[in-house]
Amino acid sequence: MTATARGAGAGAGAGAASHDVVKSGQRAAARSDQSAGGEAKRATFQIWRGDGAGGELKSYETSVSEGMVVLDAIHQIQAESANDLAVRWNCKAGKCGSCSAEVNGMPKLMCMTRLNDLDLDEPVTVEPMRAFPVVRDLVTDVSWNFEVKKRIKKFTPRAPDAPDGTWRMAQSDVDRVQEFRKCIECFLCQDVCHVLRDHQKHDEFIGPRFLVHVAALEMHPLDTENRIDELRQAHGIGYCNITKCCTKVCPENITITDNAIIPLKERVVDQHYDPLRGLVRLFRRRK
Amino acid sequence: MADYETHAHDVLVVGAGGAGLRAAIEAAKSGARVGLVCKSLLGKAHTVMAEGGVAAALSNVDDRDNWRVHFADTMRGGQYLNNWRMAELHAREAPDRVRELEAWGAVFDRTPDGRILQRNFGGHKYPRLAHVGDRTGLEMIRTLQDYAVQMGIDVHMECTVVDLIKDGDRIAGAFAYDRDRGRFKVFESRAIVLATGGIGRAFSVTSNSWEYTGDGHSLAYRAGAALQDMEFVQFHPTGMVWPPSVKGILVTEGVRGEGGILVNREGRRFMFDDIPENYRSQTADNEEEGWRYVQGDKSARRPPELLTRDHVARAIMREVREGRGSPHGGVFLDISWIKSKMRNAPDHIKKKLPSMYHQFKQLADIDITAEPMEVGPTTHYVMGGVRVDGDTQMSTLPGLFAAGEAAAGLHGANRLGGNSLSDLLVFGMRAGEYAAKYAAETPPARIAPEAVDAAAKAALEPFGRPTNGSSAEGPYQVQHTLQDMMQDLVGIVRRQEEMQRALDGIAGLRLRAMTVSVTGNREYNPGWHTALDLENLLIVSEAVTRSALERQESRGAQFREDYPEKDPAYASFNITATRGTKGEMIVSRVPIPPMRDDLKQIVEENK
Repeated sequence: MTATARGAGAGAGAGAASHDVVKSGQRAAARSDQSAGGEAKRATFQIWRGDGAGGELKSYETSVSEGMVVLDAIHQIQAESANDLAVRWNCKAGKCGSCSAEVNGMPKLMCMTRLNDLDLDEPVTVEPMRAFPVVRDLVTDVSWNFEVKKRIKKFTPRAPDAPDGTWRMAQSDVDRVQEFRKCIECFLCQDVCHVLRDHQKHDEFIGPRFLVHVAALEMHPLDTENRIDELRQAHGIGYCNITKCCTKVCPENITITDNAIIPLKERVVDQHYDPLRGLVRLFRRRK
Repeated sequence: MADYETHAHDVLVVGAGGAGLRAAIEAAKSGARVGLVCKSLLGKAHTVMAEGGVAAALSNVDDRDNWRVHFADTMRGGQYLNNWRMAELHAREAPDRVRELEAWGAVFDRTPDGRILQRNFGGHKYPRLAHVGDRTGLEMIRTLQDYAVQMGIDVHMECTVVDLIKDGDRIAGAFAYDRDRGRFKVFESRAIVLATGGIGRAFSVTSNSWEYTGDGHSLAYRAGAALQDMEFVQFHPTGMVWPPSVKGILVTEGVRGEGGILVNREGRRFMFDDIPENYRSQTADNEEEGWRYVQGDKSARRPPELLTRDHVARAIMREVREGRGSPHGGVFLDISWIKSKMRNAPDHIKKKLPSMYHQFKQLADIDITAEPMEVGPTTHYVMGGVRVDGDTQMSTLPGLFAAGEAAAGLHGANRLGGNSLSDLLVFGMRAGEYAAKYAAETPPARIAPEAVDAAAKAALEPFGRPTNGSSAEGPYQVQHTLQDMMQDLVGIVRRQEEMQRALDGIAGLRLRAMTVSVTGNREYNPGWHTALDLENLLIVSEAVTRSALERQESRGAQFREDYPEKDPAYASFNITATRGTKGEMIVSRVPIPPMRDDLKQIVEENK
């Protein structure tokens, strides 16, 4: 490679503005080196091993280095001493929502759970999500979620706004829908929801993930479909009693309860329990 | 006889990222019975990781843009080794494919007048990338996934195809195992679309997940189809470098599109130091002009941080090698500096780059609105892939199609950012359309039971080997050795002698791969899956290395230290890899057909 065009104008301007960049960069680097604390530590992980018929926590020890997340430790253990340890993962950057599990009892993405946020003097427990049947080790059968989605009425846009077949939408009108569409389908909200986790109402309640999905469709500025009847009946929105556990565990920080579920509940109330509308409905039915 | 389930489809699509989903949708629309197979759960494929946006000359932000400029940009970026017919179709059809996504429910960021917003990206002359913050890929895959599911397409999730089965010289089906139970599946299908993505897992520093083991490349090669352009592996200039556990994770080019600058440890904005001749006239020569460009000033030229990825990656490597790198062997990427230019900079950054803010905060304790990031090159994408016909996406093997990253042609020697998302829409659709057409016009093929038995026997071999004693080795050791070797010897800077060593290494690893043993049973056993992936990784590694040796010049993503200049003699052909009769890899030079005159003129006009 040849260094050409070492333009005087370019180089000269670069110094002053960038000096602070380097200083704060060096500071950040030094800070992270400090927290590395020298030689590698060992830590113990209690990992649930088993299948649909049952299983137990098994103990594994591995070395821990700067910046490691739980998924790194799982991979290390898999490569070192448990080649057949089953775990789902893909992006390792909190974007795909594959590596959901319960770390020290908390529903988490393993790829975004830093070891230095955990107490490594105690064993770290890693277990599969409890709201779904176990396939093996940390992998659960989440196929129910994919079935639920099929039952939700599809996006149905209004006719295009412009002759070229396109639409016009203001950014402020799509902000809320974009929040819901951040969902990475990790199903941690489903895992923590007591209606599914404790009461196993999988046949009657679609869970927070799919209430968010319905909200994204219902509040889409172009959508013309109405999903309110199903929300009340087949989707079981009434089961949600707004404990907000789903919002707390959402790795995308979607305000599931306040922004999605409560407005949907209000729409159900509007359409089904508003006395004036009730009268209108009664009148229409008799006609 | 092997125990297996049989599924019959007219068109089988392997891979459910953007290209696979789009192909499946199109094939289903034409009435074909479609099966869609993916190694992960639906919606988790690598498309989800695409951040910056999808390139399409919608000209919503700058009305000087049109398909001709996009075509010329793509050809320039690819150093004219592109399949020009694909580059033409891509530039012409991408806008319709993007607008179609909106009709299917995608919600892109908006312009002030309510249309789809577009942003700047490396190598694109005008703001061209339709986007949703920095999670465009997620928006696309979810839109396509939901649309495909509503169409009732059969999806076989967590299922890995290990062999293609032929009937004479054409495709008859595929042999696969389901990951959760380890049971075998045979897909009868006379048309197969490979949409399996890339090969990033052949290298140790990569932005790719475990899935990207070159399955489609290897399946096609083993079945007799040709691979092309395998020497061109894109090293994305900005991957995370610290802490070690996140090394390689992608930092979107969108950071630079929004005004982020690259700085070395001396505080120098080094990208101004080396601007290639063919981009000189389009590149700003001072910081002030660069800033005006990212702010949308149409009279300004783009800052050098937005040069093509191959160039930026090498510039970063140069700074590091010459001792001007950041503390952890990268350089600084700074977006926080824009606070000197705008009042609400931290909010602006969080709005425009939310996942980057999140990623650095959570994984590296860095607040990107206040501090610079440390970044360095990471293996990101392979321009090479299955050699296909530009219009139909059919490979050199009848009935076998490929689309997206698994196919070669569109990107030539180097891909422009944003052109992969448009690639998978345009050519996913075309592959689906022509695969369905082919299936409709072709009589059913026969799958010989002996072929299935042989495939089943081979797939179970790793279980039968000794698991203890001196000869026992697990699959992960072989995989890690290969990755480290490819990174060292066939990485971003290449030399004849090192690549020769890599070939020897690959031959040795092939022997080791044949003896790795796995523990446990067939149910969701990653050790077994990794053992079966090794052959694919070895084939693509060999194809990359042999093609890179054959190209004795530096062009696009390939940088040869022993041949540092571009050589016009190498501008007229692509390099292909095919399997010889004795199983040996044959590397050939295939001339590029002369470009149509009207397209030549477009290239000239946009020089």
